[in-house]
Amino acid sequence: MEGSIEWLLWLLTMVSVVTTVAIIAVLVSESVQFFTMEGHPEISPWSFLTGTVWSPLLGARPEFGVLPLVTGTVLVTAIAGLVAMPIGLLTAVYLSEYASAKTRTCLKTVLEILAGVPTVVYGFFALTFITPYLLQPLSESFGTYNAMGAGIAVGIMILPIVCSLSEDSLRAVPQSLRDGAYALGSTKFDVTAKVVVPAGLSGVIAAFLLALTRAIGETMIVALAAGGLAQLTANPSQQVQTMTAYMVQIFLGDAPANGIEYRSSYAVAMTLFAITFAMTGTGAIVLKRYREEYE
Amino acid sequence: MIRLDASAPVTEPFPTPSTAPSPPAPAGGPSPDLRGAEAAPTRAIEMRALCAWYGSHQVLHTVDLDITAHRVCALIGPSGCGKSTLLRWMNRMNDTIASARASGSLNLHGLELLDPTLDVVDLRRRVGMVFQKPNPFPKSIFENVAFGPRLHRSYGRTDLEELVEQSLRASALWDEVKDRLHHSALGLSGGQQQRLCIARAIAVDPEVLLMDEPCSALDPRSTASIEELIRELRETYTIVIVTHNMQQASRVSDTTAFFDEGRLVETGATDILFTAPRERRTEDYVSGRFG
Repeated sequence: MEGSIEWLLWLLTMVSVVTTVAIIAVLVSESVQFFTMEGHPEISPWSFLTGTVWSPLLGARPEFGVLPLVTGTVLVTAIAGLVAMPIGLLTAVYLSEYASAKTRTCLKTVLEILAGVPTVVYGFFALTFITPYLLQPLSESFGTYNAMGAGIAVGIMILPIVCSLSEDSLRAVPQSLRDGAYALGSTKFDVTAKVVVPAGLSGVIAAFLLALTRAIGETMIVALAAGGLAQLTANPSQQVQTMTAYMVQIFLGDAPANGIEYRSSYAVAMTLFAITFAMTGTGAIVLKRYREEYE
Repeated sequence: MIRLDASAPVTEPFPTPSTAPSPPAPAGGPSPDLRGAEAAPTRAIEMRALCAWYGSHQVLHTVDLDITAHRVCALIGPSGCGKSTLLRWMNRMNDTIASARASGSLNLHGLELLDPTLDVVDLRRRVGMVFQKPNPFPKSIFENVAFGPRLHRSYGRTDLEELVEQSLRASALWDEVKDRLHHSALGLSGGQQQRLCIARAIAVDPEVLLMDEPCSALDPRSTASIEELIRELRETYTIVIVTHNMQQASRVSDTTAFFDEGRLVETGATDILFTAPRERRTEDYVSGRFG
């Protein structure tokens, strides 16, 4: 009896392991097929990773340089980070150090609601509110689809992640350190800025990394609000296409299965996976370091 | 030197005018040994009818106690007797506990410490504290000591280095850490960390140093070095120490106050209180029969 319970639990655990392995296997094998496809000798991993033109569907000669998709993703993620990191950290500081227990409970409920909003709603929010009412009044250069509106919406989406993970790490700073600082004649701001935030910093950085990883992989908001034109630009008022948005375009559009465009989305997915995997790994290493800090 | 409740007989080794306001304590610097019969010791802290509560639970009942400048005063008593609470009112650390309140009078050189409008930041610069468990900041040794001084004014690099060295010398830590000032304080042993916390506290040049069971988390050797340090620091600072260790109280303190169930039972010169206590409860406690 005991033996079969253990066996059953092991089997269930294997579901996630096998899924992960299968996904990686599919990504790799499909990417290999993309790079070795007959009739496209110009496509190589090198030309893919360094190419600056991405036009898989237009023109007689499709071009597969992934950099415009990468910069599109980086641009939207950077904007999201600039929105979410300062607001999220300062909210976490407020919740952890300043807010009364009652206020904290209230605000954490609001944050949980924010975390539960479907991302398609944020996409509409970017398209129908942020761009027309916040951005376009500032400058006429903002189009209906632009990186800025999408970036701000992604930033709001990852705000609860930054905030709640940062707050966890600030609250994990031992009360004895706060007491030590107060006993030297620190004001509350001194204690927060000079002791609590520095002591919890590695946890805060891990929160940033995990939230940015989430932002990089975000799909619905950018598919709706960032536009569909892959261009190599750092101008946030322009439309950009991200790696995820391209995949949506291919799989929802009428690209023939097993065609070159279809296969290209696996190579893009592989690139995206490598980036997010690296960031998750870095986040985990930083988190581990911070756990050891007070021992 | 300590006075007892008005009702109890008073053993006063030092004659002190009981009604005259306390003159200010000598500022900083080593002071002459005041224990000679001709020296008039000054009272650093005066408590009158001090009561304290956490929520509706009263933890201190009408405590009258004087603490003499440049002496070591030990607060002893069983767990929960209110001695740590008393300590935490002397630098208003109880402000961090929402349900804590107090009545009566607690006076530091004429400054009423229970005044709700008191500038607690300034008070805590004047009344330093060392905690039960060493709590160095996760910063370098240098940054730990420099933390307090930098809160209160800006220093030039060399002034600050000098102050850090002085403070570390005063806490008998300098020789052990002078070659690794910029290493993390968390790499020090428990006893070294506690001496670092003492260095950190005296770097802001306080008048009073409160110590809440400073050796309870340390091994015997580290405890001995802290006790030796306390005896040296008495020259410069008024020290109030809470301890559960009777031997420690008798080794380091000049006066002892015994608390039980929130009341001051007996107070007086340490040697007298330990050898010839007036109260039965004191005798039972110091001889280890309860608590």
